Amino acid sequence: MVEKAVALSALLFVLGALGALTRRNLIVMLMSIELMLNAVNLALVAFSRQWGDLSGHIFVLMVIVVAAAEVAVGLGIVISLFRNRESVNVEDVSLLKW
Amino acid sequence: MTPASPLLSWVTFAPLAVALVLTAAESAARLLGKRLPAELWRGAALAAALLTFLLSLGLWYGFDPAKSGYQFVEYKPWLAQYGIHWFVGIDGISLLLLLLTTFLMPVVLLASWNDTERSPRSWVFFMLALETGMLGTFAALNVFQFYLFWELMLIPMYFIIGVWGGARRVYAAVKFFLFTMFGSLLMLVAILVLYVLHHQQFGIWTFDLVSGPGSVVQGLLETKVPTSGIWWQTQTWLFAAFFLAFGVKVPLFPFHTWLPDAHVEAPTAGSVILAGVLLKMGTYGFVRFALPLFPVAAVEFTPLVFGLALAGILYGALVAMVQKDVKKLVAYSSVAHLGFVMLGMFALNPIGLEGSILQMVNHGISTGALFILVGMLYERRHTREIAAFGGIAKPMPVFAALFGITVMSSVGLPLLNGFVGEFLILLGAFEQAPGVTVAASSGVVLAAVYLLWMYRRVFFGPVENPENRGLIDLGLREKAVLVAMIVPMFWIGIYPETFLRRLHPPVLDLLHVMEAKAGTLTGPAAERAHAQLASALESGAAQ
Amino acid sequence: MVEATAYPLLRWIVLLPLLAAAVHGVSLAVLRRPLGRAATIALSVGAPALSFFIAFLALLKLVALPAEQRVLGDLLFTWIGAGSFSADAAFLFDPLSAVMTLVVTGVGTLIHVYSVGYMDDDHREDRGFERFFCYLNLFLFSMLVLVLGDNLVLMFLGWEGVGLCSYLLIGFWFSDRWNAYCGSKAFIVNRVGDFGFLLGIFLLFWSLAEMDAATVNFRELAEALPRIAEQSVTLPGWLGFLPGAPTWKLTTLIGLCFFLGAVGKSAQIPLYIWLPDAMAGPTPVSALIHAATMVTAGVYMVCRLEFLYALAPGASAVIAWTGALTALFAATIAIAQTDIKKVLAYSTVSQLGYMFLAAGCAGYEAAIFHLVTHAFFKALLFLGSGAVILAMHHEQDIDKMGGLRAQIPWTHRWFLIGVLAIAGFPWMSGFFSKDEILLTAYLAHEIPGHQALYGIALATAGITAFYMFRLHFRTFLGESRVPVEQRSHLHEPVQWILAPLAVLGVLSIFGGFLGPAAALNPVPGVDPAHSNSLANFLGSVLHGAHHEVSFATERWLAVSSVAVAGAGVLLAAWLYLWNPGLPARIRASLGGLHRWVANKYYVDEAYDAALVRPLVSLSENVLYRGIDVGLIDGAANGSARFVRAFASDVLRHFQSGLTQAYLFLMVLGTLAIASYLVAG
Repeated sequence: MVEKAVALSALLFVLGALGALTRRNLIVMLMSIELMLNAVNLALVAFSRQWGDLSGHIFVLMVIVVAAAEVAVGLGIVISLFRNRESVNVEDVSLLKW
Repeated sequence: MTPASPLLSWVTFAPLAVALVLTAAESAARLLGKRLPAELWRGAALAAALLTFLLSLGLWYGFDPAKSGYQFVEYKPWLAQYGIHWFVGIDGISLLLLLLTTFLMPVVLLASWNDTERSPRSWVFFMLALETGMLGTFAALNVFQFYLFWELMLIPMYFIIGVWGGARRVYAAVKFFLFTMFGSLLMLVAILVLYVLHHQQFGIWTFDLVSGPGSVVQGLLETKVPTSGIWWQTQTWLFAAFFLAFGVKVPLFPFHTWLPDAHVEAPTAGSVILAGVLLKMGTYGFVRFALPLFPVAAVEFTPLVFGLALAGILYGALVAMVQKDVKKLVAYSSVAHLGFVMLGMFALNPIGLEGSILQMVNHGISTGALFILVGMLYERRHTREIAAFGGIAKPMPVFAALFGITVMSSVGLPLLNGFVGEFLILLGAFEQAPGVTVAASSGVVLAAVYLLWMYRRVFFGPVENPENRGLIDLGLREKAVLVAMIVPMFWIGIYPETFLRRLHPPVLDLLHVMEAKAGTLTGPAAERAHAQLASALESGAAQ
Repeated sequence: MVEATAYPLLRWIVLLPLLAAAVHGVSLAVLRRPLGRAATIALSVGAPALSFFIAFLALLKLVALPAEQRVLGDLLFTWIGAGSFSADAAFLFDPLSAVMTLVVTGVGTLIHVYSVGYMDDDHREDRGFERFFCYLNLFLFSMLVLVLGDNLVLMFLGWEGVGLCSYLLIGFWFSDRWNAYCGSKAFIVNRVGDFGFLLGIFLLFWSLAEMDAATVNFRELAEALPRIAEQSVTLPGWLGFLPGAPTWKLTTLIGLCFFLGAVGKSAQIPLYIWLPDAMAGPTPVSALIHAATMVTAGVYMVCRLEFLYALAPGASAVIAWTGALTALFAATIAIAQTDIKKVLAYSTVSQLGYMFLAAGCAGYEAAIFHLVTHAFFKALLFLGSGAVILAMHHEQDIDKMGGLRAQIPWTHRWFLIGVLAIAGFPWMSGFFSKDEILLTAYLAHEIPGHQALYGIALATAGITAFYMFRLHFRTFLGESRVPVEQRSHLHEPVQWILAPLAVLGVLSIFGGFLGPAAALNPVPGVDPAHSNSLANFLGSVLHGAHHEVSFATERWLAVSSVAVAGAGVLLAAWLYLWNPGLPARIRASLGGLHRWVANKYYVDEAYDAALVRPLVSLSENVLYRGIDVGLIDGAANGSARFVRAFASDVLRHFQSGLTQAYLFLMVLGTLAIASYLVAG
């Protein structure tokens, strides 16, 4: 049972990573990162059910909170960037290059 | 070892303490919206340097020349669980070099009184910090502490060259820093290997070179460093690491190229301290650490060192001959002189070693005086090109006379200090390597060639350049500085016993330690080394 | 070894000139207030005079001792002591150093007196009066340390010290670039010789150290040296072309090293080149340093080390041959010189050659005898030439002189005495000493080719007489070639100058009776055993070879040498007195040969081209630009440049600023760690 959940979790994680790596739109990147986080949540819950340990569930609650905070901050940054650069393309924010 | 009198620590920290006090006073003054006058800083620095010198004279008088071992030993735990202690003590060798440092400092401060118009307070601070760094290095008996002070000296020197230097000062400062650092890092690795080896053999973690007073804990000197086995634990490679670090500092050919740039671009005070003391750090490091810790490797490396020393002597002299900048000429002459020092040192017999150490002091005084003299010329004409001068002896006869005495001291004329050192070095080296010594003796001729050539170009002949006609001869301050440097030249030349006497016990001790250590190791190289050192001790027995 | 009698006054012989020099130095450099003429004269003439007086007292003390115990000593302190090496600051007064000391202080005092008159004449704004005497006294100090030092290292101190003073005094009028150059040349060529001296000390010390007899003290050396008498050294392969290779006697090698020092200091082939140029200095300097004292230091050194050369026949042969060849060579150059001082300079080189010839043939007493007489007449000749130069307003070219006898008669008379002495006029000083040397060469069977040596020496005697009389005739006799404006200025020099000339003149005439050979003794009724008193006196120290020879042979040799000299005089008279136009025609017909000789065989130019220029070029181009700047600095700067290039061309691309690139790297890294953890 847990294998199927972990497999799904891995699949979601990889999809999320691919999205973060390839998509150019900052908002889509953020969504992909959310997807990765949720994939981890799924794995945690699956293992928690497997071993009968509640720590997994508790940790999932923590991750959800952190994800929410992170999205808030992230979207704030994206809006600030959009206001200054008129673009949410990640390739347009490469000022930290050498 | 004599009971702890904290005089040595006072001598070491006095300059830095004064510098910190001045900084605090300045900060307080700034808070009140005022600034302490630059003259106050300079005067206080001079007073501090003189005070340190007087304290070191106390060391001199309290030192018993006949006793072997370290005196004025102090031992305070610092980071005891790592074996890092405040462990200082002096023997004849460090005593002489310590006094050289404390003597040169006030002279240098007085000589460069008018040199630094810009940021004089920082400059004073750096000079005093530098003095503490140098004194700490000479007094240290804990290897970690030595390394700490060794690296500590680089920072003030970097700033002194880089801020108050000549046109290419930044390049010279960075070059100086990087060259020295490169060698030192390898030395750090070697120190740590030794540290670990010591723990493996004796079960304690310590960086002390010798046993602390009243303690039975063996120092690093007792570590048996094998001559074969795991390559990075053998004598050869550990010595090579130390060799690189000290060799860059000496400077040994071919690691010497930082020297001309650093010397030329540094301000007068920087050059004098660099030539007078910092170069001796390298040679001192050899004598205090590299030789006694790895005697077999030292003997094995001797042909290489002789070759490099000879190269330095001849090369330094020949390249000096074709220089157009008088400061660069003096810098290359340093390479030649230190070549002699290394030649005498690796003769590994009492005559050569004593000559080598005495020559360290001699070079500090002679070359230091030369840089001061060149600085005086620069102050007047703002050029160092030899071609810009000519016939200067006419408007500046006293200067010419004192410069002449200094040149003769550098040439190694008997009755002055240079001869005693050079003679003992060549005599000692002759026992080991007659061929090399014959070639090195030709350095005696070459030294006369380039120094007299320079002197003639600068002082003799008609006064062609009209700017040279109105040159003002030496003032009282300048005369005082030069006389202070020339008196030791005559003293060491006429009555060197004062200084040689204090070198007999430590040199013999060094050879004994080396011989004993070589005797405990096995292998053909160790036996060769043991035989050579034993015979040197035998033939070197004082009459 | 006989115990030396302590004589504490010895140190004052050496220290008095030093104190005088120090007083002058302090007043000139520190106080900046000159002492004034009277005080300078009192100090600087008084000091050497007092030294002479004390030396004389010491001599009396010495003579009072029995012959085998004639050693006085004075130990000041241990100078250098390290390991097994020890050299004391101590003085040794035995017959050899007694003779040298008296010559140095005696002739030195006379020349100091002369200098008062000579330097007074200087019309420059800074006559350098006091500075001159400071240097002169410093020189006397060094020379006295040289001859009185009881060990090799102290002697070396004096040796280098006289080199320094020579440098200072030759370039005394330093505003002239040429003078400064000549001073440097003297110092540097001397230093090449000093290099040999040092090597000799090292070799000697360590060879004796192996025999547990390491010392540099002369008397201890004399005792210890036989221990290494039979040792030999193997020369390295590349020296295989030398005669006697590859095995040489150790003593021969040591002797040659020391002789190299003598060659430098005493201007023998090949290091004589500094002496003629040293004539750029004021004439008293030439007289004192380059005639009477400093250049004789080499001869003194060889004689002092006679115990070494007695055991080194190879080295002695080299010394004898070098001396003879130098004597001949320098004499030939002197024939064609037109500067009055240059003639005398080459004459000095030649006469020094004679001394070395004698020393090489183990005739040490003869060498010292000639040293003494040479000091007298050569100083006289130089001082006389100085008087001529003053009268001629610093003109030194003999082509512009002539007929000066009328205007400066006393100078002429004393100069003539000097010329007669050096030519070997019977019963003057030069006659006796030169004949001793010729005799020594004639009898020296141990030296290969000694008959040739005798022949060379004899021929040189003739050439010497020739060029000396040539000089005399051209300067003082014949038609006056002096430019008209100068003729009215010609006058006799002041008493300060004439008095020393007189004293030296008398010594040149009668000085030979210090050590006349029994066979040539013109005074009947004198006991032959006592007639050669100088040789007897020196005999306790110098153990020269003594050959049996009949009085008849000696007299024949004397006659032949006088005849040869006479021939030289006649030739000179014929060419320069009776047929004044002839020399010019000969010079014209000889053309190239004459130019070659007159330009000293272009030896200086050869040295310059073969040694100096290549060395400077090598240093500039190969060593400095090639290795230092190009190779080493290039490597250091190159490594810095490499790091920079690596960072800017390679590493930079990792910092693209693209977020997704960074993310990608993070994922890769995480995968790597994860697989390592899983796999490992």
